Amino acid sequence: MKIVYNGEMDPRLCKEVLGATIADIVDNDPDTIFLDADLMSCSGTLKWAKKNPERAIDCGIAEANMAGVAAGLAVAGFKPIIHSFGPFASRRCYDQIFLSGGYGKNDITVIGTDPGVTATMNGGTHMPFEDVALYNVLPHSTVIDVSDPTCLISVLKQCVNRPGIKYIRVGRKLLARVYEDGSELPIGKAVTLREGTDAVVFAAGVMLHEAMQAAASLEKQGISVAVVDCFTIKPIDADAVAAWAEKTGAVVVAENANRHGGLYDTVLEVLGERCPVPAACVAIEDEFGEVGTQSYLQERFGLTAAHIEEQVKAVVARKK
Amino acid sequence: MELKEKKALQAFAVKIRMAALDAIHSIGSGHIGGAMSIADVLAVLYGREMNVNPADPKWADRDKLVVSKGHAGPSVYGTLALKGYFPYEELKTLNRGGTRLPSHCDRNKTPGIDVTTGSLGQGTSQAAGLALGDKLKGRKNRVFLIVGDGEANEGQCWEAFMFASAKKLGNLVVLIDWNKRQLDGYSDEVLPMGDFVAKMEAFGFDTVKVDGSDVEAIAAALENTRKGGDKPYAIVLDTVKGHGIADVENTEMNHSMPVNDERYAKWTAELKAELAELEG
Repeated sequence: MKIVYNGEMDPRLCKEVLGATIADIVDNDPDTIFLDADLMSCSGTLKWAKKNPERAIDCGIAEANMAGVAAGLAVAGFKPIIHSFGPFASRRCYDQIFLSGGYGKNDITVIGTDPGVTATMNGGTHMPFEDVALYNVLPHSTVIDVSDPTCLISVLKQCVNRPGIKYIRVGRKLLARVYEDGSELPIGKAVTLREGTDAVVFAAGVMLHEAMQAAASLEKQGISVAVVDCFTIKPIDADAVAAWAEKTGAVVVAENANRHGGLYDTVLEVLGERCPVPAACVAIEDEFGEVGTQSYLQERFGLTAAHIEEQVKAVVARKK
Repeated sequence: MELKEKKALQAFAVKIRMAALDAIHSIGSGHIGGAMSIADVLAVLYGREMNVNPADPKWADRDKLVVSKGHAGPSVYGTLALKGYFPYEELKTLNRGGTRLPSHCDRNKTPGIDVTTGSLGQGTSQAAGLALGDKLKGRKNRVFLIVGDGEANEGQCWEAFMFASAKKLGNLVVLIDWNKRQLDGYSDEVLPMGDFVAKMEAFGFDTVKVDGSDVEAIAAALENTRKGGDKPYAIVLDTVKGHGIADVENTEMNHSMPVNDERYAKWTAELKAELAELEG
């Protein structure tokens, strides 16, 4: 694994990487199967699915049934991967994933696309800020907020063979390139993208790029900030969180989700139990979504590098 | 069907009722109404139709049963105990802490339970997925799905039925326990479901309605599903909630009832007399 972040976008659309990775997994493992709920065009799987109708099942616009069918396929010996937009892959079929999946010990990989503000023009009905919280409280679950296309490929391949319910949230457009192609990112291990001494920013998904921009700007102002990629929200890399909190003494969490029940709460649990230090977050302040461009929405909800800078300065000031 | 086989299946159904009663009495109360109404179909499934091996409950090619009305657990456990999946005495652990026999069916706890159910509607999609998965794995088995008529209030059932029909799951047999009552009373007063036969046909199922207490009629309807094909099957079982125990049948709110020692003694005696007549 090699970090190659330089602030530029990875040229690959996440949607295309997602579709190709799903096809690669299903084509090479006869026990895997893919299900979508009339959004194959959006998961980049439609062309491949048309050639593989037996192992790429379009369930129509019926997410609850899709989740239950996935559980039944797991009983039959399959390792199902299901996709829908984030709100439908979480709220809409949550009880089915929870009971038919998790409680029934039927392992399912769930992909929710367009997390948080990346849902842009689809607006509040399609904009999940709570998907992370919902999946965090599902026992034995794994929750991933993808950092870049290379991360997506690596975690998806791991999730398919991992027990329990695995929830992967990922946008369909471009993400800043963080990792060298082919890098493996073990689930549960946070990655330090940048060292620092005054504060640490734990970030995930689209907020990673904002955190890196903020850190570069703060460095020019004489504040040394570490940035850690917490693409695995659950199970959190508690050792990395505690170690960085100890080393820097000030923590900011940046996430494209509600501040309640997501990465921020997860990090606070670790801090509270192992290393209490000043902490703050840049996250959705308990609001519903709305329409707009991603840059408008990031500004509207305060998910920018500038907001991270402010919060870093605030926690540094609170240090004893 | 020869009279001997018919009587044997009827006797099996009575034994299932007695076993469910043993289980429910041991804890003092339970979902007796809906457990009784499916005793006859369970007798035909496990006494005749299903290809299973109690010594190897996880055998991949077995026929599978999904009891989506998972609260009927006690009669399913009674059936499984009588078939030798676990000791009969274990029925008396129903709902006790640490039991393998929880109120609602759990595939991870009970030998012979194929799918975890209890949250109504959820067994239907799982059964469809299981039937699809078995078909894709090249297995020749069938998947039987018992759905309550009240349970059919849940929209998920109809999503699953659309799916089963669209994916041509001829290895899926849906058995609707049309017992006309649900927790709050008569289904026609709570949420009328109309004509189940017409509904299932409209959803693309090869559908038939039978007297759900007539083992011979149930057996014939199930036999017809052996031919497979491109359409899933639906058998609407015309049943009576609480069937087989007069006092339960005659109690309007019989979804869940206390079974004290007095009731247990009376009802068991009635069932024993019925069994003696069948086996006499």
